[in-house]
Amino acid sequence: MAKFKQKSKVRPAISTASLPDIIFMLLFFFMVTVQMRETDVMVQQRIPKATQLQKLEQANLVSYIYIGKPLEARFGTEPLIQVNDVFRRPEELPLFVEQEKSKLDENQRDQITMSLKVDREAKMGIVSDVQMALRNANARKILYASLMETDPTY
Amino acid sequence: MARRQRATPEINSGSMADIAFLLLIFFLVTATISSERGIMLQLPPKPEVQDQQVKIQERNLFKIYLNSKDNLLVEGEPVTDLARLKSMVKEFVLNYGANPTLSDSPEAAVISYKTDRGTSYERYLQILDILTAAYNEMYGERVGITAEEFRKLDLKDPKQKELYDRAREKFPKNISFAEPTKVGE
Repeated sequence: MAKFKQKSKVRPAISTASLPDIIFMLLFFFMVTVQMRETDVMVQQRIPKATQLQKLEQANLVSYIYIGKPLEARFGTEPLIQVNDVFRRPEELPLFVEQEKSKLDENQRDQITMSLKVDREAKMGIVSDVQMALRNANARKILYASLMETDPTY
Repeated sequence: MARRQRATPEINSGSMADIAFLLLIFFLVTATISSERGIMLQLPPKPEVQDQQVKIQERNLFKIYLNSKDNLLVEGEPVTDLARLKSMVKEFVLNYGANPTLSDSPEAAVISYKTDRGTSYERYLQILDILTAAYNEMYGERVGITAEEFRKLDLKDPKQKELYDRAREKFPKNISFAEPTKVGE
């Protein structure tokens, strides 16, 4: 009868040589899908939910306006408008729109889209002031940024 | 004399994973996933001449008012059931002159959406969402697809763009935003 070879006691080490590859794959995925955070949002942002969402097609045509209660108490408790790291009054927005438009190619300037990121507790007074300013500045395409409502009640 | 060893020693790549993790965490922290979605809207153009007001017949106007307490008034009656609002909008737009109190045609129909300065944004967006849903359903029905499919049409694809244009032809989404009242400020 043949002699059975005794199993060796030491278990072979699991090779971790492919671990970096997996991590790099994840890394590349994130590098491709994300955009860098450009502004520090200084206002509260609890974005409301809606069902009829549309995807924004061209990200380079978008400018952001943040509205909400300031996070720091020294700015008060009333909702403020933030663009590009600074607070602005509604009447200063046309200047901001012009600056944003000048960054775009001439043939795309009238397609500029303003994404309004408004906190759910903000009142319509400030939102309509912004809308009126945008209308006067001829930036009439707006997007109310919102999240997907998964179970609508209506 | 001993012969020199040719084979280079293997470089230990065990820490490669650590380096990659570090980079990965950096990207996770600094980045936002591009989730640019929301409700699209085209604001009406700036009025050229103030006194040149467009006369809209009463029957072609569908009035929605949200007061500072977030209560809803539709065509003069309070509405609490939001599902009813959608069917009311659709009935109004798709009337084609049948009922004398509702619109003449979808082209002439205008939805006037008025809020108060004290209305909450969340409530405003909810009603706007319902109006958009009503129109998307009607657009979908015109070309025989569901509202969901209509909403997801890709306008870069000429075939889908054609479908989209056909649905919107002579069927504008006229939502007018009136100057808000100043009760709840």
